[in-house]
Amino acid sequence: DIISTVEFNYTGDLLATGDKGGRVVIFQREQETKSRPLSRGEYNVYSTFQSHEPEFDYLKSLEIEEKINKIRWLPQQNAAHFLLSTNDKTIKLWKISERDKRAEGYNLKDEDGRLREPFRVTELRVPTLKPMDLMVEASPRRTFANAHTYHINSISVNSDYATYLSADDLRINLWHLEVTNRSFNIVDIKPANMEELTEVITAAEFHPHHCNVFVYSSSKGTIRLCDMRSSALCDQHSKFFEEPEDPSSRSFFSEIISSISDVKFSHSGRYMMTRDYLSVKVWDLNMENRPVETYQVHEYLRSKLCSLYENDCIFDKFECCWNGSDSTIMTGSYNNFFRTFERETHRDITLEASRESSKPRAILKPRKVCTTGKRKKDEITVDSLDFNKKILHTAWHPMENIIAVAATNNLYLFQEKVN
Amino acid sequence: MFVRGLKRKCFDGEEDIEGTLAGIKAIPSYNLQRQSLLDMSLVKLQLCHMLVEPNLCRSVLIANTVRQIQEEMTQDGTWQMINTQSTGQASLDRLVSTDILCRSSRDQAEGKHVPAYSTFSKDFESDEAQDSSETMSTASSVQAPRNLQSNVWEMENPQENKGNFQKSLDQIFETLENKSPNSVEDLFSEVDNSYYDLDTMLTGMMSNTKMGHCDSLETFSSPTNTASNSNCKSDLNDLDHIVEILVES
Repeated sequence: DIISTVEFNYTGDLLATGDKGGRVVIFQREQETKSRPLSRGEYNVYSTFQSHEPEFDYLKSLEIEEKINKIRWLPQQNAAHFLLSTNDKTIKLWKISERDKRAEGYNLKDEDGRLREPFRVTELRVPTLKPMDLMVEASPRRTFANAHTYHINSISVNSDYATYLSADDLRINLWHLEVTNRSFNIVDIKPANMEELTEVITAAEFHPHHCNVFVYSSSKGTIRLCDMRSSALCDQHSKFFEEPEDPSSRSFFSEIISSISDVKFSHSGRYMMTRDYLSVKVWDLNMENRPVETYQVHEYLRSKLCSLYENDCIFDKFECCWNGSDSTIMTGSYNNFFRTFERETHRDITLEASRESSKPRAILKPRKVCTTGKRKKDEITVDSLDFNKKILHTAWHPMENIIAVAATNNLYLFQEKVN
Repeated sequence: MFVRGLKRKCFDGEEDIEGTLAGIKAIPSYNLQRQSLLDMSLVKLQLCHMLVEPNLCRSVLIANTVRQIQEEMTQDGTWQMINTQSTGQASLDRLVSTDILCRSSRDQAEGKHVPAYSTFSKDFESDEAQDSSETMSTASSVQAPRNLQSNVWEMENPQENKGNFQKSLDQIFETLENKSPNSVEDLFSEVDNSYYDLDTMLTGMMSNTKMGHCDSLETFSSPTNTASNSNCKSDLNDLDHIVEILVES
């Protein structure tokens, strides 16, 4: 099925993917062993479960898709792992736990679980724990429902590890992880008259260190930073980030391509990164009037915007991510290409996630899109790009140089070559 | 959403220069391309999935684009009646890509005022071909069962049309807000039989998503008598399809 979200947990040992069919698949990193020294770095399936089912809203006569829009891990606090997964309307908290022992020797039950006849119980014994094959269980612990009229596009766990936010097209709600029957609305941009609607919320995230700060991006290319200490309803922003438009490149598509599809804070909390259709921008939180860095992802598409509008590709929502040290950023493109940009050295590279170019252990060859008339060997012309092969979701291991790239229904894992 | 069965010249990117040299006549005018973009946008707004809620972000972005074009057209004074007695089939080939629109709106290709026209879908038969004041046209990027009739504006008063246009965009959002189907009667009452305007088409299409395909025929048949047989059949097929889905679920 088509992968719709990819997320490493805080240690990087677990990698979760959600797909269009409502399933979550969790991969676990293999431990290094003497017999297979190269196996470290491999991820194998750890758990699979059905997180969301398709629903039918009878009142509106509309189907609610089971596609998982986002997964966010909670920091680990005991032996079990917790994650939040959401579809368009409902967020669920899942507990993933291991079971490798089972109790044997019950007094009142047989080995197969049936109750024993009372007269057969002739002695008392203490059940003992015996090892069993490892079983990974996923169980839903909380369901946070009925709080969103519009489609949920983001969830973000707060640094207090007790609350989280969920954002839809017009509203953002604040939840407590323990409370499912109530949430607080903290942003509401729905106009009194829906006819006046011209802007929607596209993404939202909590600051990694300041539990009172969050940002949300809009379809008009703006980012608002809000402080929950200033008021209960954060309709008034504390900071407003917007780059002035370049009048020479204005066209009918300017607004659509400026719409931000993803916003991510750096691990340091000092910067944030936004992805719009053609570029990735890094913003310093202290400077609102323009980004500090701009990276062109696929500028050669600028002259093709008409066709991309026609086939709806212009509405594709690409995500972006930071590496663990915030030195490099990564985002996806078409033709199964993805790009990484090194911020200090200004080096960038285009790689391809496909079966042909990714034999196990083989080094990826850099790819290049030909933008001039003369096509060099190994280059690809813009017209031969496959716009059905889009890489929307990527993730970077929080500490090491291991990346996960979702190419439609395949997941690729790449790591830095270790000599 | 791909355009099928449509021959068109693509002027994107590097082919531009060759295009210019090869056929000066083939370069579409800015106005024509803008009209084409407008038609495309209107079609996109109407093609909502029957059973799944439309993407609000996408709808808002397209609606904003439409508003932008409409504002510019009003300023230009090109908001005029489109009279198409001309050939149907040939116009299909002439729906060109709107490369010029991708560049700055300042670099307009020609200042020449080409009378804008829309394309015909060959599936659609208009009973009103003889009626000179109204025409039906279909943006040809639409798949057969969902033949839509995009409208023709009659230039009485640019302000009034702007208001109507705004109203129709508003109605899109209202229906996205899930108004009750009874509002269809209200929509009918607003229809002015003297010209076929955006309101009727858009609201008819939007209420489509709630009521079922066949009902759209009523919307069209009451102001004008142009419900064609081919439309009826394809809509009935859709209705069967929908009933099938509902029964299975």
